[in-house]
Parts: sequence; C-alpha cells; structure tokens
Amino acid sequence: MFYREAGQFKTSYKSDQAIFPILQDRIGLGLIVAIALIGIPFIATDGFLNSIMIPFLILALAAIGLNILTGYCGQLSLGTGAFMGVGAYSCYKLATIFPDVTILVHILLSGFFAAAAGVIFGLPSLRIKGLYLAITTLAAQFFLEWMFVRWGWLFNYNESGAIQNVPQKLFGVQITGAAADPVTRYLVVLSIVVFLTWIASNIIRGRIGRSWMMIRDMDIAAELMGIKPLNAKLSAFAVSSYFCGVAGALMVFFWLGSAEADVFNINLSFQVLFMVIIGGMGSLIGSFMGAAFIFVLPVVIRTIPRVLGLDIGGATVEHVSTMAIGALIVLFLIVEPHGLARLWQIGKEKLRNWPFPYG
Amino acid sequence: MKFRSLAIALAATAITAGGLAATAQAQEHYIPNLSYRTGPYAGGGIPFANGFGDYFTMLNERDGGIGGVPVRVEECETGYNSQKGIECYEATKGNNPLVYTPLSTGITLGIIPQTTQAKTPILSMGYGLSAAGIGETFPYTFTYPTSYWNQMSSILKYIDANGGLEGKKIGYIYLDAGYGKEPIPVLEALSEQMGFEWVGFPVAGKDMQNQGSQWLNVRKERPDWMIMWGWGAMNATAVKEAIKTRFPLDRFIGNWWAGANADLDPVGPDGKGYLSANFSGIGTDFPALKDVQKYVVDAGKSQADADKVGDVLYNRGLYNAVIIAEAIRVAQEMTGKKELTGADMKIGLENIKLDGARLEELGLAGFAGDLIGSCKDHEGGSPVFIQQWNGTEWERKTDPIEPMLEITRPLLEDAAAGYIADKPDWKGQTCS
Repeated sequence: MFYREAGQFKTSYKSDQAIFPILQDRIGLGLIVAIALIGIPFIATDGFLNSIMIPFLILALAAIGLNILTGYCGQLSLGTGAFMGVGAYSCYKLATIFPDVTILVHILLSGFFAAAAGVIFGLPSLRIKGLYLAITTLAAQFFLEWMFVRWGWLFNYNESGAIQNVPQKLFGVQITGAAADPVTRYLVVLSIVVFLTWIASNIIRGRIGRSWMMIRDMDIAAELMGIKPLNAKLSAFAVSSYFCGVAGALMVFFWLGSAEADVFNINLSFQVLFMVIIGGMGSLIGSFMGAAFIFVLPVVIRTIPRVLGLDIGGATVEHVSTMAIGALIVLFLIVEPHGLARLWQIGKEKLRNWPFPYG
Repeated sequence: MKFRSLAIALAATAITAGGLAATAQAQEHYIPNLSYRTGPYAGGGIPFANGFGDYFTMLNERDGGIGGVPVRVEECETGYNSQKGIECYEATKGNNPLVYTPLSTGITLGIIPQTTQAKTPILSMGYGLSAAGIGETFPYTFTYPTSYWNQMSSILKYIDANGGLEGKKIGYIYLDAGYGKEPIPVLEALSEQMGFEWVGFPVAGKDMQNQGSQWLNVRKERPDWMIMWGWGAMNATAVKEAIKTRFPLDRFIGNWWAGANADLDPVGPDGKGYLSANFSGIGTDFPALKDVQKYVVDAGKSQADADKVGDVLYNRGLYNAVIIAEAIRVAQEMTGKKELTGADMKIGLENIKLDGARLEELGLAGFAGDLIGSCKDHEGGSPVFIQQWNGTEWERKTDPIEPMLEITRPLLEDAAAGYIADKPDWKGQTCS
C-alpha cells in the first residue's frame, strides 16, 4: 500500500538507471543515514557505540570487501583475516613513521598495501578455481600471519609483539586513542564506511563490476566476449583486499586499540566469510545484514541476561548464544539459501502487492 | 512475514539492550572477571576462574565481605578472544569496577590505554605487558607478583645452583607469539653475563600439538637444559616429545603457565621429574583453603569439583583474589572509606604488603613469596619456586628463588620508554 512505485514515472535514462529507482527506497535510505549520523550519536551509550556500532560497521566493510571477491567475482577466499592484518600493520607502520600526517590518510593508504598483497596471492586464481583456490588463499592466511609474528620491523620490535593504536587529533579533536570520545570515533568510522560503500556500489555498477560478474557467471563466455580474466580477477582481488585492509586498519585504530598477530587468524576469515554467506553473496546491503547477524546478534543475546539482572554464569550465556546463533544460521539457510539480502528482496516484492496479492 | 516480525522483535531487543544504562548499585565491591571458560584454552581458564571466584565467595560467607561490604564478582566470558574482551570491558565499566583481571595478554594490551584514562587499575597477574611494572609510566597497571623477565632470571638461577650455567647450552622452546618471545632479551643479556649459550626452538600456534621437527632439532643441538614458555596443548605435547627423545625430564623446566595439573595429567606417570616454575602454593594444606572448602565447596556454592580444589591453576586464581582482597583492605584503611573507586584501589595496590607475617594472618603461611608494592614498582619482584611432577601430583622442590632485579629492571624501563615513544599525550605519574 505504502511501498508502491505507482505514479513514479521515469522521464530520463538517468532516472531509469538510478541505484534506487523507487522513491520510498530513497526516503528509507535517507532515514537510515540520518538516524546513523544524527540519531545514534545523541541517544546511544558509550557501550552501545564501542561494542556494537563501531565493530558492526568495520566488519560490514570487511564483508563488502570479501563480497566483491566472492559474491561478485566468484573467487572463494579464506585469506580475508590476513589481508585485514596487512592493512592494520601497514597503517601502524605509516602512523609511526609519519606521525604528523593525519590517521585518516594512513588508513586510506594502508588499503593499498593490502591490495598489493591481495594481487600477489590472487595470481593462482588465474589457473585454479573454486575450492582449490580457497586452499591457495589459505596459504596467504598462514604465510601472512607467520610474517606478522616473525618480522619484528612490522611492530617496531616492541617486546609485546603487538601493534598499538596511535593517539591522534584532527582539527584539535581527539579521534583515536583512549581519550577519543566514542561518538567521534563512531562518526569517523561511519563516514569512512559510507564513503567506501558508495565507491563500491559505483565500481560494481560500472564496467569493472560487470566484468567481475561475467567471470563469476561463466568465465569462458566472458573471455569469448573480450573480458581478460587476468585483469578482471586480479582487479577483484585488489579492490577486495583494499576494502579488507581498510577494515583491518579501522579495527585496530578505532575498535580494539591494539592487536597481536593472532587477532587476524583464520577465525576472522571465517567470521567474515559467514557474514557474506548469511548476508547474501553479491549484495552490498547483504554485507551489512550479515555483519549484524554474525556479530551483533550474539552480543545482544549475551547482553540480555545482564540487562534483565539474571544471575547466569558467563560461560552458560556463551554456550547458549553459540547454540542459538548456530540454530538460526541453519534456519535462515533452509528458509533462504541466498541469504538475508534475498529475504529482504522477497519481502519488498510482497510489500508492493500488499494487501491485495495476486498470482 | 513470520520472519519480519522476528526481525522486528530482534531489532527491538537490540535497541533496549544497548540503550539501558547501568542498573542501580547497592553497597558492594564490584569486580569484573574477564574469564574464559570456553574456547581453546578453557582447560586453563576454568580452574583459574573457580579459584578466583571461590575465595571471594568464602570472604562473603565467612566475614560478610571485606570491611563489611560484600564482594560481587561478575564473570564475563571472553573465550580468550580480544573482540569479546573489549565487549566485556564496555559492558562492565559502568558499574564502578575496582580492578580488571583481563586474563589474556591481548585483552590487557587493548584496554591499558582506556583503563588508564578511566582511572581503573588492571591487575594482570603474571601475564600482559611486562613493561607495565614501571609505575611511573603505567600508573593504573600492575603485574604483581612478578614478571616473565624476573621469572626467567629465577629459572636460570636455579640451573646455576644445580650444576652451574657456565659453558652450558640452554634450549629454549617457546610459543612463537609475543608471549613466548618476551623473555628473549633476558636470555640474551644473561647468556653473556653468566657465560652460557642458548638456542631457540619456536613452536607456531597452529603446531602446538605437532612438535616433531622442533624435538628433532633438540636432539641435534643436544642442549644441557631445556626451558619452555608454553601454553595450553603445547605443554603436554612438549613433555611427551621430550620423553620420546629421551631428554632427561629433571632438566626440563616450564614457566608458570607450563606447569598445571591439566598440563601433566595427560602425560601421567611418564612425566615424572618434569620441573616448572610457580609462584602460588600447591594443595589445600592452608587454613584459608580449608575455609574455602568448608564455606564454599562443601556448601555447593562453587563451580569447581571438590577434588580440583588446590590444583596449581585453582590456587593461582585464588592468589589473584587474595592480592585484590588485600588491596581492598589497604585502600579502605588508607582512604577511610568503606566503598571504593578505581582510584582508591590504585592506592591500595601500590601500598600492598603481603609478607610472610601477613600471609600467616590470612591463613596462607608459605603460600607465596613476599609481595611488597610501591608507586614505582608495579611489578612486585616476588620470587618464584620450582615444582616437580611426581607422576600424579606437583610437589614443591625449592625455596623461593629471588629474581635478578638489577638485570631486569633496566630492561623494563627501556620497554616502558618504548611503549610511550609514539604516544606524546601519555600521562604517567611521578613518584616521590
């Protein structure tokens, strides 16, 4: 009834090809951005920002990165955690070598180091496909993790072997470090994530993104039509790793505050991969939904007994939350194997006909 | 449509859960414990958390708390995972926590800047950032009773006293992570000074249970002694490999995280003779532990099995609780307040004096070495002793061995200076 495009006429090619052709979608997106930008900073507590919103945005960015590679280009990767690590370590090195340059520049630059690592470890994808490729990206995961431990220069030879967040100010406002207000940190992360999501959506809709999808759908046909697999696959690895690298740098500088090599282990790769699968392969909004499902939902489940004042042991809560999430993953994959994004799309289709469905 | 309503319900819960502020506070000492009863290291985390919780339960039951105010320990499960550790810190920091026990080096490093800002002390007992022992640089971080570096110096002293170090070859098998690499500067400094040679055998985190190649190298290098910085599944595997390579176990010394009952139980009688360092008493032969059994375990208020009380890690968790309880008492005495804040607790921790006489009053005579804190020394410099596995139990083998503070203190100072080198706004403190 309310969600219907009747009467919205497209009078130009431009409006016909808009990302959000339906007015209600544009209003909805505007509302979400307004709530995220204005609403949440006013009402949210520090804990909500620090342990839900900031990690959610950062992991969603990592999921977008992996989605570009796996969802749009069809190349399965298990090296996400390591590529995030490359971003984090290079950001730390940049921030300690050039302390006077603002951290925002370092964060955006650090993605390029991750992109380079991604291209190198993406080379086997030219010959290897599917699960076999996943195994070669596993090599990237193990090698890079080993390098983070072994190469002392990466963490400035400090005894703890961990990289630390470097406190910095931007225009007189503390943006990283313990003295930074959570709202400031949240707004910085939000702006970077929104900006990069916008970039991603444009790349995907353009020539490069289309060549990725052609490779995904049928590589031989794509090659016959003039798409070079070398360029398409390696650019997918590069762009994907760039996003993951930026997410990794944000993770250390705006969320965890410090990180050992172990933070970027295979479990992080799996965590992001599950976000992509649950959220929906080849969908940007799915990346956000997947991050919410895999990261935020367990946090919420763990918070419930504390808020209600129930005296349940921490370990029990953890077990219950793990079981509940496991059951929900199975349930959602049975109901809709294409992920939450597809579920959302079906919901929208049905809403268009509501309350008088036909067919 | 069903799922939409489900989704709405979940979203609503999320908003309520996140939006609710801290609940009203009764009079209590609130101590969050970032424990890990799940995950890959749960085998070590469970006894530690049990000992920690049981001692405070005993104080509540026997004395009605500390200074008349009951203690509330809230366990927050981290699974030894940094992401969850930060979440736990955020979830608990609003309830006026007196002190944090992060129980993981990664989580400790992550929250040091924040707790320093919030003026809440961290007591990372025998783990975490060694450099935090410098009180001038780290006003709110404590590594009582001692540091890894001191421990290494004590172990080397033991070797020196049992056959001499001069001209010997020491094998050092370690977890290839920040934790295992940490004592290397001490080994290097002391190898020159005491005239021994050392050779390292790193074990990658993924290969904890697969140490064949390292022990092949051990056989090739033929070290006179082996020292191990291990954790979790690595320990039992190393001892089994040592038995296979016929390395004499009474010349194989683990650090204090490589000498728990859970580590040697899988090896059993074959592991007889294996040594390890420790700083907290073994067994239940102390009046305070009898009280724990009487008021907590037998009353069904403990999560621990009755026969696990007195295990190495149970007692270490209990000793952690003892230090905190004593710091609360000192803080109450010095500030004259019953209810404390994190800043009061810092005063308590800096003026702590757990010497032999005080331990005896607490019913823990001989449980641990002397621990005397100060504004400058947040590290304690307590001695460690060496224990030996007799096939079924750990037995105390030596008297407390004092660390070589003259070697380790300058190294700690360098490390602390390194930590703040890239943090121009770091706020330390000046000690008179």
